[in-house]
Amino acid sequence: MEHDKTISVWFFIGALLLVYGVLILAYGAMHMGAPTPGVVLGELHVDTWWGALLLVIGGFYTFAFRPGKG
Amino acid sequence: MALPFSLLAAAPSRLISLAGIDIAIIAIYFLAVLAIGFYLKGQSGTGEDFFLAGREMTAWIAGLSFLSANLGSLELMGWAASAYQYGILATHWYWIGAIPAMLFLGLVMMPFYYISKTHSVPGYLKLRFGEDSRLLSAVSFGFMTVLMSGINMYSMALVMKVVLGWDINFSIWVSSLTVAVYVALGGLRSAIFNEVLQFVLIWLGALLIPILGLVEAGGWSGLQARIAQNLGSMGGYTHLWGTLGNFKDNPMGIHWTGIVLGLGWVISFGYWTTDFLVVQRVLAAKDLRAAKMAPIIGSAFKMAVPFIVILPGLLGLALLPMKLVGEGDAVAMGGHSYNEVLPLMLARYCGPGLLGLGITALIAGFMSGMAGNVSAFTTVWTYDIYRAVIKKDASDAHYVSMGRWTTVLGVLVSIGTAYLVMQFSSIMDYVQALFSFFIAPLFGTVLLGMLWKRATRAGGFWGLLSGTVASVAMWAWVKADPSALAIVALSTDAKAMAENMYRALWSWLTCVIVTVVVSYLTRPKPETELVGLVYGCTEVPSEGHLKIYQRPAFWAAVVAVVFVILQILFW
Repeated sequence: MEHDKTISVWFFIGALLLVYGVLILAYGAMHMGAPTPGVVLGELHVDTWWGALLLVIGGFYTFAFRPGKG
Repeated sequence: MALPFSLLAAAPSRLISLAGIDIAIIAIYFLAVLAIGFYLKGQSGTGEDFFLAGREMTAWIAGLSFLSANLGSLELMGWAASAYQYGILATHWYWIGAIPAMLFLGLVMMPFYYISKTHSVPGYLKLRFGEDSRLLSAVSFGFMTVLMSGINMYSMALVMKVVLGWDINFSIWVSSLTVAVYVALGGLRSAIFNEVLQFVLIWLGALLIPILGLVEAGGWSGLQARIAQNLGSMGGYTHLWGTLGNFKDNPMGIHWTGIVLGLGWVISFGYWTTDFLVVQRVLAAKDLRAAKMAPIIGSAFKMAVPFIVILPGLLGLALLPMKLVGEGDAVAMGGHSYNEVLPLMLARYCGPGLLGLGITALIAGFMSGMAGNVSAFTTVWTYDIYRAVIKKDASDAHYVSMGRWTTVLGVLVSIGTAYLVMQFSSIMDYVQALFSFFIAPLFGTVLLGMLWKRATRAGGFWGLLSGTVASVAMWAWVKADPSALAIVALSTDAKAMAENMYRALWSWLTCVIVTVVVSYLTRPKPETELVGLVYGCTEVPSEGHLKIYQRPAFWAAVVAVVFVILQILFW
């Protein structure tokens, strides 16, 4: 894609999503006991599931496009 | 970077309150885009690197960047607002108003842009029609790009004030200077990297709204039923084509001829094939096949964008307990305006954490649009104005340095424009019309230049100039005498959008007719000078050796079939 030694843009994206996934999943997990206040469909705890999704996608891209990978 | 986050909490009133985790998510985003800029600083030493990202981008990177540069946050919020106001008709701007043009760019026009090795669209005009056409196009593009950038900046800051209570100055300066830093450091490569990142964030931040909205509404049929219940029998809100037989039958006050010829042909083809803001991303592709595939990949994603933009507007129409009104009424009566529908839907479903992600998506949208404007302006200024007129024989390093300084200067001028708009808000009423003055005729000039070898230097210049003048004249005529709308837009029932569509069509026709007539009256260039620039004089590399699924035409056909199916499904 880019200069041979350039870190792939997908690595940057993966790393950012990984960090977001950890933050949002952790926050959601800490508040699993009750529906998220003030939002419609709060009982679905979307933050937990979305955070987990971000973590998985981010983890995959971070690993698959890590710097130095042949 | 030490962001003065105390400012975020200083606002007296706001639609959404952010928690600590939301602010952390936004701050991490700013750090990430700046880190990318600093990382790529060492790879923008030559003009080819700085202005064209080394022409090394894959089709996917160029295609996503191509779309992301168009997906400004105002685009997101503006079209969600239009969907609330006009219903599903707003989808035309994403489908017929984009997909055919993007496929045409990929299959027909990209070979000429790419093979000619031009740095810019005005640069192509120089090669095809000469210096005068280039200068006219470059100056109008530069002027409009900076103006649009400033207006978008101010609009975004205004939205952030209403939604989050952020100080307008804070929003303008922090977002803009961040863009200036990462584009000045890493050039187009940095802009493209960040645009791909921003594209992913826009989707992941906004995707929950339609998903949860459809769950709440009971699916698409439930959504239609609720809209019918809330608005009576206005079928125009959920049908794409069924109500376009008459100006009076749909909420947009438009006829299908305006949508097909004005939007689907002139405005759409003009924007997607000649606006350097988007075309520049494709010029950065690593080879011709990637350059042809990039707009096709972009078109596939463009077709999906209504899911995160139009659907939230429709869901707002169906589910929000309050009725949203125009900006003026909202200010006068203290209600919420159409423009707030996306943030309102975001706040409806997203708690702490997800809210930060959603706001990050909006900020990412703003920054991708702004970076697109700034990097395109920088290239056009440096190559098509500064090098062409002011300093012709400087070194490559000098032009790169000029590009970096122009990036910063362009952002500062945009900021100045934003403050100008703050003082004279009526500028915003005119800017869309101003922008359309240049796009429609430019499309006529570039199209004839690429496909008709008889078009001459004088034909190109006078066609472009007369099309632009005709557009301005029609606009001024309707302003001075509103009854002229019946002539320009074919009906007194036509609304502003319909007027824009028809004015674009007439100005394009003016450009084409003048170009053809003047060309026949003047001497054409010898064919040897048109190699690489014009159809019939240029050998486009064959794709016969590629497997069918590797050919751009195959994927364009797939996109076209899906496009037709969608029109029928939502007829």
